[in-house]
Amino acid sequence: MSIWVDKNTKLLVQGITGSVGAFHTKQMLEYGTKIVGGVTPGKAGSKIEGVPVFHTVADAVKATGANATVVYVPPAFAGDAICEATDAGIDLVVCITEGIPILDMVKVKRYMEGKKTRLIGPNCPGIITPGECKIGIMPGYIHKPGTIGIVSRSGTLTYEAVHQVTTLGMGQTTCIGIGGDPVNGTNFIDVLSAFQEDPKTEAVILIGEIGGTAEEEAAAFVKSKMTKPVVGFVAGQTAPKGKRMGHAGAIISGGKGTAAEKIEAFRAVGISVSEAPSDLGITLLRRLGKKVH
Amino acid sequence: MNIHEYQAKAVLAKYGVAVPKGKVADIPAEAEAIAKEFGTPVVIKAQIHAGGRGKGGGIKLARTPEEAREYAKQIIGMTLVTHQTGPQGKKVKRVLVEQAGAIKKELYLGMVIDRAVSRVVMMASTEGGMEIETVAARTPEKILKEYIDPALGMMPYQARKLAFGLSIPPELSGKAVKFMMALYSAFVDTDCSLAEINPLVLTEDGDVIALDAKMNFDGNGLFRHKDIQALRDFDEEDPTETEASKFDLSYISLDGNIGCMVNGAGLAMATMDMIKMSGGSPANFLDVGGGANAEQVTNAFRLILSDPKVKAILINIFGGIMRCDIIAEGVVTAAKTLGLKVPLVVRLEGTNVEKGKEILAASKLNIISASDMKDAAQKVVSAAVQAN
Repeated sequence: MSIWVDKNTKLLVQGITGSVGAFHTKQMLEYGTKIVGGVTPGKAGSKIEGVPVFHTVADAVKATGANATVVYVPPAFAGDAICEATDAGIDLVVCITEGIPILDMVKVKRYMEGKKTRLIGPNCPGIITPGECKIGIMPGYIHKPGTIGIVSRSGTLTYEAVHQVTTLGMGQTTCIGIGGDPVNGTNFIDVLSAFQEDPKTEAVILIGEIGGTAEEEAAAFVKSKMTKPVVGFVAGQTAPKGKRMGHAGAIISGGKGTAAEKIEAFRAVGISVSEAPSDLGITLLRRLGKKVH
Repeated sequence: MNIHEYQAKAVLAKYGVAVPKGKVADIPAEAEAIAKEFGTPVVIKAQIHAGGRGKGGGIKLARTPEEAREYAKQIIGMTLVTHQTGPQGKKVKRVLVEQAGAIKKELYLGMVIDRAVSRVVMMASTEGGMEIETVAARTPEKILKEYIDPALGMMPYQARKLAFGLSIPPELSGKAVKFMMALYSAFVDTDCSLAEINPLVLTEDGDVIALDAKMNFDGNGLFRHKDIQALRDFDEEDPTETEASKFDLSYISLDGNIGCMVNGAGLAMATMDMIKMSGGSPANFLDVGGGANAEQVTNAFRLILSDPKVKAILINIFGGIMRCDIIAEGVVTAAKTLGLKVPLVVRLEGTNVEKGKEILAASKLNIISASDMKDAAQKVVSAAVQAN
């Protein structure tokens, strides 16, 4: 089992003819992801890596029965691309694009309210169920099928956690990067809830960072709804106030959103906090009562 | 991106937000001329990107044109220290000269994007002149909030709720509603991330005007606002951060002596944390991006080396899509071209990591290799201690 994506997921690539889209289409196909079509307005009839291209998402869905899409469209047009996929009735939209104006995302989220489509991202590495389906830009080979669910606001820091888990002999059910933007689709609670329901997921690694209150909300959810062990880390303990740390959402504003507050919230609900990012794997082993070598 | 008060007022005025009559002076004589033109009293306000200017001596009330000249002389060129500038302060280059009126009441009005609900929110409070964070901490019930549906935009009833909630007298409520509706238009039209009118004042003459104005813009939205981009004041920014932004690098100056280069924002923050935990202190935050190439690495290297505080450098790369051998080649080329005078610790992980390590070893450069993040942090901290 896994959450949201598996070997049956039929994927579209929006922005497939762009250099980034084409590159990652190849990478995802090599991993084994079932890509059934691509979308670039004006390029219908052409093929990228053997994948047929369509003018619109609606055309692509009609022809292929796709149920998921990944967006590699430039920031100025990405909001429109997400709405187009939502309108076409796609179940899952994964938006990799970094740099979408925040007010565009405010409108997109308003449009998606009450619709069945789930959005992951934007500004995220994507979602992967090891051995079955990779949607996004993460390096596939560091993952291994297993029983740990991983969710994070960061990209490369997620790879770090995945790598540690794999190196220690465990594997992952599904890994999700929810993205570093202040206004995004899927949040920690959505993912935690799905991991709690997933019979194969034994434990969860939750990686947060400074800015906003997503970690505090996640902690409240863990307290009230989760029975599975959760291990956490919060990046940015040394980050100065009022500075945007790379991610648009990683900023301590008005003295709020510090790592210390978030770590405190994690500890208060029994999340095992890894002080150092390099100890995430070991902290997980300890929490699961396994031997640490 | 931040702009000055006088720029924010000009932007807001375009949308119909009421602001006091004012002009900018670069030299004292101009301040005197403006005071003569407007009639006194006038307020002389230092223009820097920081709050708390009044307490620092950057805002003065002039009763005559001569006084306006005198105060402008004192303020232009001064280094203003406020709780937001840091101890080094900021140099004042110009002042805003504004017509001063009698104030009846000071209020607060602000707009931000509330990330928890993904909506723009307008906040109002009767505690004008106080920082909203202080009000939120002490008396949160005094902050009124209206969340705005992006499909509808701000509705007049929402503005009325705020105006009457602030006990603005009925004869001024129409002006207050117009003010708020105009502020919302300005906010969404220019891709603001924050707009603050503190204080919003009711005058003895029956006006509702913005006595102060602060606007921040979403960097992601700037591409569609050339006019706003033109308002950027490079003198207000850290020169290294400005340089970094030209190369699409995300760089923040810090106080420590260990330069860091990392791919990915989360990993970059985690690396800084790791340095601190090992007893050291980072000189910067630097994210070269998830898909950094050799050129990015060279530019990042140059930035780090330009900081005289740096006694040792840590490179932490988790090569995913970007292969470690490419990163290693970039590091070697940059180190050779730029001349490496401080110890360099490199931790590589990910695709083609063995090849990458071979390249570093074969370079004959003084590169200390690290096996994982903890090892890397400990090695760079001890290298920095020795170099000191």
